Amino acid sequence: MSEKIKLFDISKCTGCRGCQLACKQWNQLEAKQTRHTGTYQNPPDLQANTYLLMRFQEMADAKGGVKWFFRHQACMHCTDAACVKVCPSGALYYTTFKTVGLNPSKCIACKECIAACPFDIPRYDDKTDKIYKCDMCESRLSNNLGPACAKACPTGALIWGDKDTLLKLAYKRAKELGDGAYVYGDKYVDGTHLVYVLQEKASVYAALPKSPSVPLSIVLWKDVLKPLSLLAAGGVLAGSFLHYIIHGPKTPDDDSVTKTEGGE
Amino acid sequence: MTNHWVDFRNSDVILIMGSNPASNHPVSFKWIQEAIDKRGARLLCVDPRFTQSAAKAHVYAPLRSGTDIAFLGGMIKYILDNNLYFAEYVKLYTNASFLVNPALKLPGDNNGVFSGLEGSKYNKDTWSYQTGGDGVIKKDPSFQDPNCVFQLLKKHYSRYNPDVVSKICGTPKDKLLEIYKEYASTGKPDKAGVELYAMGWTQHTVGVQNIRTMCIIQLLLGNMGIAGGGVAAMRGESNVQGSTDHGLLFHIWPGYLGTPTASLKTLKEFNEKRTPTTKEKNSLNWWKNFPKYSASFLRSMYGKNVTLEEAYQLMPKLDDGANYSWLTIFDQMYKGKFTGFFAWGMNPACSGAHSNKVRQAMGKLDWMVNVNLFDNETGSFWRGPGMDPAKIKTEVFMLPCAASMEKEGSLANSSRLMQWRYKAVNPPGVALPDGDIMSEIYFKVKELYEKHGGPLKEALTKITWPYGKKTLDGHYHYDPHAVAKEINGFFLEDKKVEVPNKKGEFKEFKKGDPVPTFAWLQDDGSTSSGCWVYCGSYADKGNMAARRGTNDASGIGLYPEWAWTWPVNRRIIYNGASVDLNGKPWDPKRPVIAWTGDKWVGDVPDGAGDPGSGRPPFIMKPDGVASLFGPGLADGPFPEHYEPLECPVEKNLMSPQKNNPAIKRFDKPGVGSDMDVYSGVASCDPRFPFICSTYRVSEHWQTGVLTRWCPWLAEMQPGMFVEMSLELAKERNIKNGEKVIVKSPRGEVEAAAIVTPRFKPFNIDGNIVHEVGIPWHFGWITQARPKSKYGPVDKKPEVFTFGDAANLLTPTIGDANTMIPESKAFMVNVVKKGVI
Repeated sequence: MSEKIKLFDISKCTGCRGCQLACKQWNQLEAKQTRHTGTYQNPPDLQANTYLLMRFQEMADAKGGVKWFFRHQACMHCTDAACVKVCPSGALYYTTFKTVGLNPSKCIACKECIAACPFDIPRYDDKTDKIYKCDMCESRLSNNLGPACAKACPTGALIWGDKDTLLKLAYKRAKELGDGAYVYGDKYVDGTHLVYVLQEKASVYAALPKSPSVPLSIVLWKDVLKPLSLLAAGGVLAGSFLHYIIHGPKTPDDDSVTKTEGGE
Repeated sequence: MTNHWVDFRNSDVILIMGSNPASNHPVSFKWIQEAIDKRGARLLCVDPRFTQSAAKAHVYAPLRSGTDIAFLGGMIKYILDNNLYFAEYVKLYTNASFLVNPALKLPGDNNGVFSGLEGSKYNKDTWSYQTGGDGVIKKDPSFQDPNCVFQLLKKHYSRYNPDVVSKICGTPKDKLLEIYKEYASTGKPDKAGVELYAMGWTQHTVGVQNIRTMCIIQLLLGNMGIAGGGVAAMRGESNVQGSTDHGLLFHIWPGYLGTPTASLKTLKEFNEKRTPTTKEKNSLNWWKNFPKYSASFLRSMYGKNVTLEEAYQLMPKLDDGANYSWLTIFDQMYKGKFTGFFAWGMNPACSGAHSNKVRQAMGKLDWMVNVNLFDNETGSFWRGPGMDPAKIKTEVFMLPCAASMEKEGSLANSSRLMQWRYKAVNPPGVALPDGDIMSEIYFKVKELYEKHGGPLKEALTKITWPYGKKTLDGHYHYDPHAVAKEINGFFLEDKKVEVPNKKGEFKEFKKGDPVPTFAWLQDDGSTSSGCWVYCGSYADKGNMAARRGTNDASGIGLYPEWAWTWPVNRRIIYNGASVDLNGKPWDPKRPVIAWTGDKWVGDVPDGAGDPGSGRPPFIMKPDGVASLFGPGLADGPFPEHYEPLECPVEKNLMSPQKNNPAIKRFDKPGVGSDMDVYSGVASCDPRFPFICSTYRVSEHWQTGVLTRWCPWLAEMQPGMFVEMSLELAKERNIKNGEKVIVKSPRGEVEAAAIVTPRFKPFNIDGNIVHEVGIPWHFGWITQARPKSKYGPVDKKPEVFTFGDAANLLTPTIGDANTMIPESKAFMVNVVKKGVI
């Protein structure tokens, strides 16, 4: 099977949020009480019950005009995925489609993936004591269907297809749009499986890293030291020591606990 | 819609004004995006607020709510001044050359009103044409005569210069001219422009005239009838088109047949009054067939149980001059003139302008039946905010009904496309399809009339109701196919009929045979048809609406085998104007129809006689051409800018007449009630300094009766908000996300503030004017309430929404022609919660 990706062209997105809804529906994610905080964006962030979030962002431009962006935020499905590297239980894994699958029943809630993910995607749910994120609708992919979000998109802003074809399309589109439009994703982490065509600098978009990569610590630990540790008698100790050096002492990880909005 | 959704892909310039399709008609952007990608189409957006549609537009221009005619009037002037109109089209297919009564006075010479104003009503004697001795309208094809329509149009809009328009609308002059230039570029034969509107144009005291102004522009640019052209009324509900076609409104029977008034004593008088005549020799004047359609409709009601004349007598009549529109109904209800009321698939407690009045009005009833999927603010009005249940006598019955996917039937969408839909699941619990409920009620009422008699007893007992049978469970089950067949129509007797357009050739029909198309309907009572425009939808080839063919030989996206459009499966109406006199398409690359030498190919031709016949193509107009001059409306033959009734300016910069002179004000003695109060009418009211408009979001539908109960949707849009500029927020010390109160003289709602650069203050003739906007989807019933407020059977939402109805603020003032309430421009105040 040829490798496939999901392409999001921001210039075609109208912010209708059909994708966000389709994601909730396909994955049967429970809705939580939200409140209006002065933006259409809701829930306010990715959550254990929200694998896909449309981010609404406004910006005054230099000419006194205004811009309004709608960015589709979900797991980028890295080819070289930091989360898979750090996951000790095999809950996170590469699927046959080269996307990153998640089997919550194997999750031991170590939260290493949260620290590792360069895109800040996985979310921890304290009720179930598990991690959750988009799995690119693996249940659909394995039945020869595209992800639910792409299926729902009315404008063609979000499409699913062969990697080569869509990347070509993405570059062609960026060129057509001009004005600094570019392709985001294929050059990082050996290529993401959610690729963007963007019109503003990455730094302009909220919650989007400028040049994402697998953290060096993880590369050192997992790709260099771990193999070494198997050879060295003191491997376990060295690993622990390094872990201490890199991550510091264990602290309460309240920050990574999803806060569900409520109070109405 | 004159064209259809797919047709947006054929446009070169798409003007979004009076609508926000990106939010409210999301799928439309599939075709808009295709036009942009494949044709290099330009997308223009004019709106008081920078919307999701504006975010996708190449050019965005802000305008103050309620000033669309000024904006578009300026465009007419721009097109005429720069000779950008499609001269041949205008000459051949519009009334530009018609000579008008020299006694007509235009607002520029008559203190802002047209000649003939008597009180708040026009005497239209001077809005007429000059005719020769033979009754034929005099014309000047050279457009030189100062009284020809073209010259009058030019004169009327000469006052709409960009400087004045910019001062009225608050649109920067450069943006105004940019939009004019881009849109006017479609006046060339090989260019097409379409306009997309919705309630942003209709819900004004000048609503109809807003649309008329655009029609004039589209005619000047030759954009009517062509692919990628037209005026696109995007309906606000999936079957609004269908319900209007089938006579939902008080002033029309199904198929747009004007309802009879009490003074029309006989069917003959009714037919004579409603059937237009013309002396224009080549004009087809299609409405000359009115008597066939009225007879066939009467037969669909009563069959042969009574004569046609008796059937006419049994039908309800309007009192002459009376208005039975929404505002009037609830005004009368408030005054105690109703005993009972069916709220069927509606939520007037939230959807009605001045909802506080509506909620009070319902308390004056003896009984109310609420037919809906869920309990709503209407069914539970008696326990709503500020209500004392002990003091309300109204007995409310809730009849749960099936949702659209729980029953079979058809919908007709904005494209006039009648699509059959299948039942996916059974309705839950005791919920029934609407048709079953109506059948149950009908047979029970009939039985009571038969037993006890009553006024106009036969109006009910003689009706035909062949839509279903009583089954073993004791209930009547309605068969949507039986209704669809009756709508199409059938022969009531064996009949030999002359083939339309073929003199001397006959075809024989048997009793019960479906009528093939409306051209075969008869005025002698031998045919029945529930809605003549749908004749042909369920004929000898069966249920056309169920078709799912995807062939498109046209190449322009007509898809003629996909379901069925009225009339006669025509996808683009007025397409007779898309060709020249030889039947050659104005744009050969985008042909809708074309004459091959012996026949038409393409779409079902509209009004196109064989080339050389001289037949003008706008056959629904008695004189056969489209109306630049339109004397049929209540408030003027040309659209003129008037301020909204509630407005932020002291005077109308265009004339001494501030508001539309032909509107009906409910604050006048003897008209409305003590509750009908306005602000800022005679002069600005400092208590309510800001303009407010209502609108929708993608996630909710109508008053939210369906969507507020959907947890995923409520999670995304959890409640009432008010959008305002950074400048206004600063002035009022309001922070983003804070709770504020929005007030009008009629009510107040609590909302979360969205402080945004997408709203900007307007510069109106040197004054800073603020506008705010609110969605109208919310209502108190899905708000969190104390446990004690839930009854034993009350459903509790999984995700609560916040806030009550936007219509608590809106005024009881309507358009001069339709009485649609002015919900898109009224005055409010916005204060931080807790600050008086």
